[in-house]
Amino acid sequence: MGGRGLLRYLPVLPALLLLLVFLAGPVFWAFQASFTNTGLTGRNARNPEWVGLENYQRLLLDPVFPLSLWLTVLFVGASAVLGQNLLGLALAVLMRRARRAVSAAVGTAVVAAWVLPEIVAAFAAYAYFSRDGTLNQLLGGLGMGEPDWLYSWPMAAVVLANIWRGTAFSMLVYRAALNDIPTEVAEAAQMDGAGGWKRLAFITLPMIRGSIATNLMLVTLQTLAVFTLIWVMTAGGPANASTTLPVLAYQEAFKFGDIGYGTAVASVLLLIGAVFGVGYIRLLREGKR
Amino acid sequence: MRRPALKTLSLIASALFLLTACTPAAPDDGSKTLKVVYQKTDSFTALETMFQAAKKEFEAANQGVTVELQPIQGNDDDYGTKLALALRSPSTAPDVFYEDTFKVRSDVDAGYLLKLDSHLDGWADWEKFDDGAKAAGRADDGGTYAVPLGTDTRAIWYNKKVFEAAGISLPWQPRNWQDILDTARKIKADDPSVVPFNMYAGKGSGEGTVMQGFYELLYGTGSTLYDEESKKWVVGSAGFKDSLGFLKTLYDEGLAVTPAEALDANVWKKVFGEWFPDGKLGATVEGSYAPSFWQDGGSYEWPGYAQDMAVAPFPTQDGGEPGAVSMSGGWTLAIGAGTKEPDLAFKFLSTALNRDNSLKFTLDSSQIAVRSDVAEDSGYQGANPFVKDVSGLVSVTRYRPATSDYPRISAAVQEATEGVITGAKSPDQAAADYDAAVADIVGGDKTVRK
Repeated sequence: MGGRGLLRYLPVLPALLLLLVFLAGPVFWAFQASFTNTGLTGRNARNPEWVGLENYQRLLLDPVFPLSLWLTVLFVGASAVLGQNLLGLALAVLMRRARRAVSAAVGTAVVAAWVLPEIVAAFAAYAYFSRDGTLNQLLGGLGMGEPDWLYSWPMAAVVLANIWRGTAFSMLVYRAALNDIPTEVAEAAQMDGAGGWKRLAFITLPMIRGSIATNLMLVTLQTLAVFTLIWVMTAGGPANASTTLPVLAYQEAFKFGDIGYGTAVASVLLLIGAVFGVGYIRLLREGKR
Repeated sequence: MRRPALKTLSLIASALFLLTACTPAAPDDGSKTLKVVYQKTDSFTALETMFQAAKKEFEAANQGVTVELQPIQGNDDDYGTKLALALRSPSTAPDVFYEDTFKVRSDVDAGYLLKLDSHLDGWADWEKFDDGAKAAGRADDGGTYAVPLGTDTRAIWYNKKVFEAAGISLPWQPRNWQDILDTARKIKADDPSVVPFNMYAGKGSGEGTVMQGFYELLYGTGSTLYDEESKKWVVGSAGFKDSLGFLKTLYDEGLAVTPAEALDANVWKKVFGEWFPDGKLGATVEGSYAPSFWQDGGSYEWPGYAQDMAVAPFPTQDGGEPGAVSMSGGWTLAIGAGTKEPDLAFKFLSTALNRDNSLKFTLDSSQIAVRSDVAEDSGYQGANPFVKDVSGLVSVTRYRPATSDYPRISAAVQEATEGVITGAKSPDQAAADYDAAVADIVGGDKTVRK
């Protein structure tokens, strides 16, 4: 190695610096702010004090926190791990069998929701689920009841909206993965008399295991961080019924100006993301063995 | 070996170039820039108009000074957040900005605002400002940190056509809460499809819930939110429970909108844009700025508003003194504590708030004038048929206790109303939860039972 070896790392230095400044920097800042009483305004904005674990103690006693934690798990589990992931896989598998025109039409429709900027998608979802929105007009036309989705079923509404918005990503990942499976393998299984379901379970899924783990990790982390969609649709309400951790962190830090407490919530969120990340990376390593 | 090294060097060079391009170069030609930050929305462009005019006027009078206008698009909450974030760092802090009166004290505590006393002494126009409004820009140390742009009051706005149809004699003036309920029930009995009397509630409407709703009730019971003398927050008051009880009656009997509609942050748009013009709403508590939405160029133009609508002061609980309740807010202009050009910044502020610009802004946004020369202007007096009614409420109006704890307390009040109108809590339960929340926020020693 020596000097020449070190020189080899020189080209990645700018990238490394940018990562440190723009990614690690804010994370570190948020983490250390969570041990202070930094405020957005008022006395604590000028002279924040070190308060140790006080913010975390408050968090544990806050009745909203366990609710918020549960809602985050529910949101990620229902909309990402189950919804986006399974629907994306199903679409990818079915599209291989469908006629070209059908698969192109479905692909375009699904990707369209994903291409929309988050704020636009959020407003579209709000318009769809709101009291006199499209969904209730459809239901009303069919002579069914017109429930107030965003009020009575806020979590169902945001979960469905996130599935709608995010499925395209999983679909694209799985389409690419399925294209990599050699046709010979599938044909051989067919010769041996394996039906459609068996081929899916014993040939296709094991062969794209790596893609599944990667996809799960990415959609989980993306969904953990979803804020705009929920904020626009329900703003965390009614009565905190859709306050996931990002919404809680925003409310505390910016609405109540308590940046210290807000960053404590954000740190917990980071921790959860890290746990998921490590879990999936383990899964990936085992898959490679 | 040579080529990779060259590549690396050129990469570093370009990165450095990009980084330097990011940092603003110091102007070296003696020209100066003032950064002005304010709010602008689809339905609120009056301020934009005012600053454009002030910029033209100011730049013509001060050669070499550029005024950089930076409007922030967003509602009041989002604007406040964005501004506070900008103020946190000296490199992003604006020189002159639009500041909510109820944030003045906590922003002074944070050291964001420049003390203006020495500048105001030399400004002849300052004595034309209303004393009550001046107080809104004053901090605990007695110094003035912000100059008021305008103020507002709150009253009952009612649709005369809806009231006439229900056989209620006009002009209507409820003397106590019971009068309101009686009238609302009468309208409901006459036409169940009409919302007789709405009051905002729940967290969706944010400050609207408390400013145009709960505080009109609370301050009419003889109780208060904050005891100014002892500087403590009031808990356990009968007035608080009674106010929640009144909201419960309104919502339980279907005299107000449904709880689901009340919790939608956009409910006010329906009030102004659909329900009042369509005759679907009898009355609601709203601000003196209501005509700004309906007049020419407003976001919900309604030519018939002057004939169809009327104003009545909100009564006290049992008709006791002073007979009416109103709340006031309002906005100011302030100067950043870290400005490099305090004199120029104040010069711009005083240009923006001179008589002509103030008059135009006051008319465009249906504000209540804070300058005596604007208030006396015939254009102001005749701007809409309601100017006299809503200006008269200044004598009974109240301001929010704008301490740093206020946003959290306000949220706790909103939560209490939400619990009651959705039926999740009884007024007693919601009031008890509020008391616990207040003790949690400010500490038990800063509360007082009254």
